[in-house]
Amino acid sequence: MSFAPDQIKIDLEARQLCCERDDRILFDQLDLRVENGDLLQLAGPNGAGKTTLLRLLAGLNRDYDGELLWHGQPLYDDFSSYAAQRLYQGHLAAVKKALTPIENLRWLVSQWSVDDARLWQALDEVELAGYEETPCQQLSAGQQRRVALARLCIAPAALWILDEPFTALDKSGVAWLEKRIQKHVEAGGAVIITSHHALENIASLKQLDLGQLAMNRGQA
Amino acid sequence: MSLVTATVKRDLLLAARNPGEWLNPLMFFLMVAALFPLAVDPDPKFLSKIAGGVIWVAALLSTLLSLDALYKADVEDGSLEQWLASGESLYAMSLGKALVHWCISGLPLTIMAPVLGLMLSLPQDAYAALLLSLLVGTPVLSLLGAVGAALTAGVRSGGLLLSLLILPLYIPVLIFAASAVYHAGIGMDYNGQIGFLGALLALAACLTPFASAAALKLNLSR
Repeated sequence: MSFAPDQIKIDLEARQLCCERDDRILFDQLDLRVENGDLLQLAGPNGAGKTTLLRLLAGLNRDYDGELLWHGQPLYDDFSSYAAQRLYQGHLAAVKKALTPIENLRWLVSQWSVDDARLWQALDEVELAGYEETPCQQLSAGQQRRVALARLCIAPAALWILDEPFTALDKSGVAWLEKRIQKHVEAGGAVIITSHHALENIASLKQLDLGQLAMNRGQA
Repeated sequence: MSLVTATVKRDLLLAARNPGEWLNPLMFFLMVAALFPLAVDPDPKFLSKIAGGVIWVAALLSTLLSLDALYKADVEDGSLEQWLASGESLYAMSLGKALVHWCISGLPLTIMAPVLGLMLSLPQDAYAALLLSLLVGTPVLSLLGAVGAALTAGVRSGGLLLSLLILPLYIPVLIFAASAVYHAGIGMDYNGQIGFLGALLALAACLTPFASAAALKLNLSR
């Protein structure tokens, strides 16, 4: 593989991060740091603010107090360089149903310059070989999800931010994604993930339980 | 390939796969012109007087019909989120989206207009003015409409809201364009009106993408 995540220095830091939605504090005074080789799983019950925190970290939402730093500089000072080094996958797949997997994938990675031949390889890797030219509306929900996840094989981004990536995947898909995440982390990349799926067999796993944080705040 | 060119290409491909979406407003355009003489008065003398105005009103309304879908699908399937995450300029992206919209609405309207002119017995001298006014005027409609579409993309059944927001902004375009066609029909000079339309286009091309970009950001920071 030509791209090595450990060549890019990952240093994403949140200081005293605080976020409020509808007069409800989701989290406050949250500190976290993600560096090369980290796997951070955000846990917590539904509505605890996992997706909100993920969107803040991805730079999609600026409605927060506190500081978000990339390489020690505020995230939005040089947002395009941050954006090129991190990959964000929300719970929406951004896959157009009228287009084929190869066309969808071409668009999904167009922010990086990726060789067309690599797209075919990536679809092969997510077990979509033979479906490359089938319109996505004829594919199952899990297969459409795989189209979006095929990006993980080819996008030269060191930091992955994934929101519930295991949704709709079958057993082999889940196993593939687990392995892909493990490989990425071992190669020096970093992953921030929200998932109710247990990722325990990956050694460097760190967990941040937003539900627990909220409870501690209630007691204090 | 940058995300902007990739998006323009993808949206044109999508339009080619789902022709129904953009053919429907064009059918509407054609039907208005076909029904008008039947309902009002088939007398060519009368028709030739109102032809320019009717064609322009029909073009404007059919543009309005096609706007609702501009950003809706992108918001719903997460494409918009990916744009914002890419860190590429939303200004360029909005401009690209408006360009695609013009290619599938304004451009075919302009190409179809002479046929409608024939049906409504448009004066011979007015064809050039009609084509020129549509060529300069419909991009303004797309650009302004894109702002409304961006604002209402996250709103359920935002179509009505979109029309209310955008229709007043379309009025100047309609007045200058219809007047250009009318004046050409009675043998008068119409450079002034086309000049005004050109100025509107220049303004819209520079400024509306800012508004669209801001509206899209607003839509996503929930």
